[in-house]
Amino acid sequence: MKLLPITVLISAALVAGCKQSGPPPLKPAAYGTQITEVSGGKQLAQVGSTLPQPLVLQVNGADGNPVTGALVSLHGDGLQFNPVQKLTDSSGQVTVEAQLGFNPGDYQVIAETPKSGGGSATLNLREIALGYEQAVGKAVNDQYCIRCHDPESTPERVSNLDNLSPAPHQFTDGGTLNRMSDADLTNMIAHGGPALGKSPQMPAYAATLKPAEIKAVLSYIRTVADPPYQTPGVKYGK
Amino acid sequence: MDNNNQPGPLRSRPTLRELAYFGVVSLVLLVSLAIAPAKNYFSDWRHYQKSYLKIAGERQSGTLVRSFQGGIRQTWIAKLGVVDRCESCHVNLTGALVGATGQPFRKHPIIPHDLEQFGCAICHRGQGPATSVEEAHYTTEAWEQPLLPARYLESGCGQCHLGPLQGAPRLNEGRALLSSQGCVHCHIVAQPDGNVLKPEDNPPPLTHIAEKTSREWIYAWIRNPQSYAASATMPNFQLNEQDAADISAFLMAQSTASPTSHIEITTASTAAAPGADASTEAATLYGASFCSSCHAVQNEAGNLVGGNFGPELTRVGAKVNPDWLRRWLSNPAAYHPATRMPHYRMDPKQVALLSGFLLAKKDSDFLANAHLAPASADSVARGKKLVTETGCAACHQINGVNPPQNFAPDLTHVGSRALAQVVFAPGMKHNLPDYISAKIHDPRSFGPGLKMPKFTLGESQIDALTTALLSQTDHAASFPKELIISGGRTSNYHPGGEAGRIMDDLRCLSCHAINGNGGDMAPDLTWEGSAVQRAWLEDFLKNPNTLRPALIRRMPKFNLSPGEIKTLTDYILTAYQSPGFDAQTMDAHALNADAAARGKQLFYAKYGCQSCHIADYKNDKGYVGPALTSVGNRLTPAWTYKWLKDPSALRPATIMPNFSLKDDEARDLTAFLMTLKAKQGGGK
Repeated sequence: MKLLPITVLISAALVAGCKQSGPPPLKPAAYGTQITEVSGGKQLAQVGSTLPQPLVLQVNGADGNPVTGALVSLHGDGLQFNPVQKLTDSSGQVTVEAQLGFNPGDYQVIAETPKSGGGSATLNLREIALGYEQAVGKAVNDQYCIRCHDPESTPERVSNLDNLSPAPHQFTDGGTLNRMSDADLTNMIAHGGPALGKSPQMPAYAATLKPAEIKAVLSYIRTVADPPYQTPGVKYGK
Repeated sequence: MDNNNQPGPLRSRPTLRELAYFGVVSLVLLVSLAIAPAKNYFSDWRHYQKSYLKIAGERQSGTLVRSFQGGIRQTWIAKLGVVDRCESCHVNLTGALVGATGQPFRKHPIIPHDLEQFGCAICHRGQGPATSVEEAHYTTEAWEQPLLPARYLESGCGQCHLGPLQGAPRLNEGRALLSSQGCVHCHIVAQPDGNVLKPEDNPPPLTHIAEKTSREWIYAWIRNPQSYAASATMPNFQLNEQDAADISAFLMAQSTASPTSHIEITTASTAAAPGADASTEAATLYGASFCSSCHAVQNEAGNLVGGNFGPELTRVGAKVNPDWLRRWLSNPAAYHPATRMPHYRMDPKQVALLSGFLLAKKDSDFLANAHLAPASADSVARGKKLVTETGCAACHQINGVNPPQNFAPDLTHVGSRALAQVVFAPGMKHNLPDYISAKIHDPRSFGPGLKMPKFTLGESQIDALTTALLSQTDHAASFPKELIISGGRTSNYHPGGEAGRIMDDLRCLSCHAINGNGGDMAPDLTWEGSAVQRAWLEDFLKNPNTLRPALIRRMPKFNLSPGEIKTLTDYILTAYQSPGFDAQTMDAHALNADAAARGKQLFYAKYGCQSCHIADYKNDKGYVGPALTSVGNRLTPAWTYKWLKDPSALRPATIMPNFSLKDDEARDLTAFLMTLKAKQGGGK
């Protein structure tokens, strides 16, 4: 029984020590009323990797002008940020690196800045992690699909999207593609547009791609869909 | 009986003290016996299995709860040396409990292997047989391989998959960087099948460097290559001014006259072309020669425009000696026998135009700070010593300095390196991935006097390289042979004879692959002889009208003589025949007007070919495949038919899908395509 007070003291000291060892919290020098995205949302990257582009966020005041010295803190399930907190620079912006978690799928970045009267302004950004299956899908997409389904041109390829009528759907076009079932999309890819009464401009890939590759493309389409694709079935919390 | 042997009477009562001893000892014994069951009872895995059953119960998954088998779960695969107990806690890897998002109950993402086939730790590392969270995941005194961070996971694939692997982009990128950044000039990286990675950066020889550039340029370049060209792959050796001055002195001193130095520079090629049109004409020549297929130039916005196959040319005027450039443009191989640059066969006027255009690309700031004292013999001697110590000759050919052997550590098994053999920098986390990554990031941070230079790499490139190096484990050597999947090896094919000499001169293999050797910038020509018609090929070699007008990378015009064109055409049509068919076997009678009319229907209506190809410039817009307006003059009917039936059988890398055409459909389409004989170059 004599030991009890000593144990309590030691653990208290330990807890206090641990708390002190973290970085000191940043103090905001100014407050904004709104936080906006400059760049860095909706990026694709392999699971566990750092996003190719940093997140650039801007804090604005009530007058709509950027605020210097406002505190921006970031969090998000499964995400790691470097740094976690930062004060806005002279142009009212912060630049933060974000690293994705282990699991493929969507990640939500939540950026917060405190408002002067209490409370805080928040901004949600969506980032997308590709696992093995989506990476295979992306590889197939980059080789076969992208020419017609992506409006961007690069030095290696010129987009064919604008030459086609009816125009192909971009894979990010969740508004349309989310309403099509897995079976229909698989059929389209395997047997071409006419299989679903659509344009013959979409060729049949059943003799070119393996079934696993078609499944991977489908998985990729579902992953990059915007708005995000919801799998049918019951949803549970954690 | 004798009573003497009888024992004395037993003491009837132990003393209190003895009882106390006995009691304490029994208690201690009891407690110590209880330790093991208690440890077991309070073990991590039991705790997780209980919470799993609780969650399953809450969701009324009666079947899941009833069929659950508790206890330690072990995957044992003797031939791979796998003993993994991860599934004792990670009980939901198959995803039987739907929608569990928190660890350890997450479903394993889809991978191409069965978990029972390979276990977990082969890819994820960590301590497989451990049954506590701490021991399984983290470094302990007895186990130094912690769980691998997700960003390096693809290194697991690379232990068996030795070539490019679809679905493992980082591993592929990392392996490509080991070659393209020249890492493997100094480090040996051998794969379990015996393949040794080869460098692909083609560093120039320095044996005649004095003809090419000035000592001041060498000095400024070796001090900071990226200040000359942001895209330069040469690493920064962090040389001080004195060392850089000495090295530049030695490099100038060892330089000998190249075979090109005897070539007279004609006045026509030095004369600045007159007139205001000259600069436009020169820019046109730069464009028409497709220099930017390989060379990049920074534009005003600071973006690099062009390929990365050859060096960046943004400030080339500050680097090269004008006469050297003219000789180089006249025939690059005379200076650098292993160059990838083709011999363009330019006439003196073209040389003058192009050299004038390139020499104007300079930036006066670059050499502004390079003021060197004249080179002394001491300086040269010191420079030679430095060049030898720094290992310059590992990449560059230098007179009087032999390429060093075993200059840098062998990285063949770096992914399994014991931490006891690793010297960590102060403040670093003691694990292998962090060590490799930090070493690539800033090699000199591990101590002064280390030789590895600093490379200019982005974070994701460093992650990719680390992934590729972590895949170099020593496990694979003990795996069964059938698990090892070798990458495609390049052959050492080279065309022979007079045509071979011309093709070598034109460096065809820099862009085209033939019989498994060559680049991937342009189509594979292995079976080109079966594909094309003689007249078209002759015409194309004379004036390469591009088949894919939208491409930036295109075939340049080489000013070939009629004799050379004939030699090349003969050779290509004879040597590069597909063994599968004879070009003459196609029945010409089947390609009649009726068939062509049916083929046209198939082309436009059934298969929508016009979405990727242009058969008629007036109506079609497809920009993916080659234009087909004159395909009837270009391809042989037999090739066209075979191609339509199964394109990837003829060129595995093609993106044209296999439409599973019936024989008569393919024949009708062939008939239609053979009627397309528009004049070459009939543009929009």
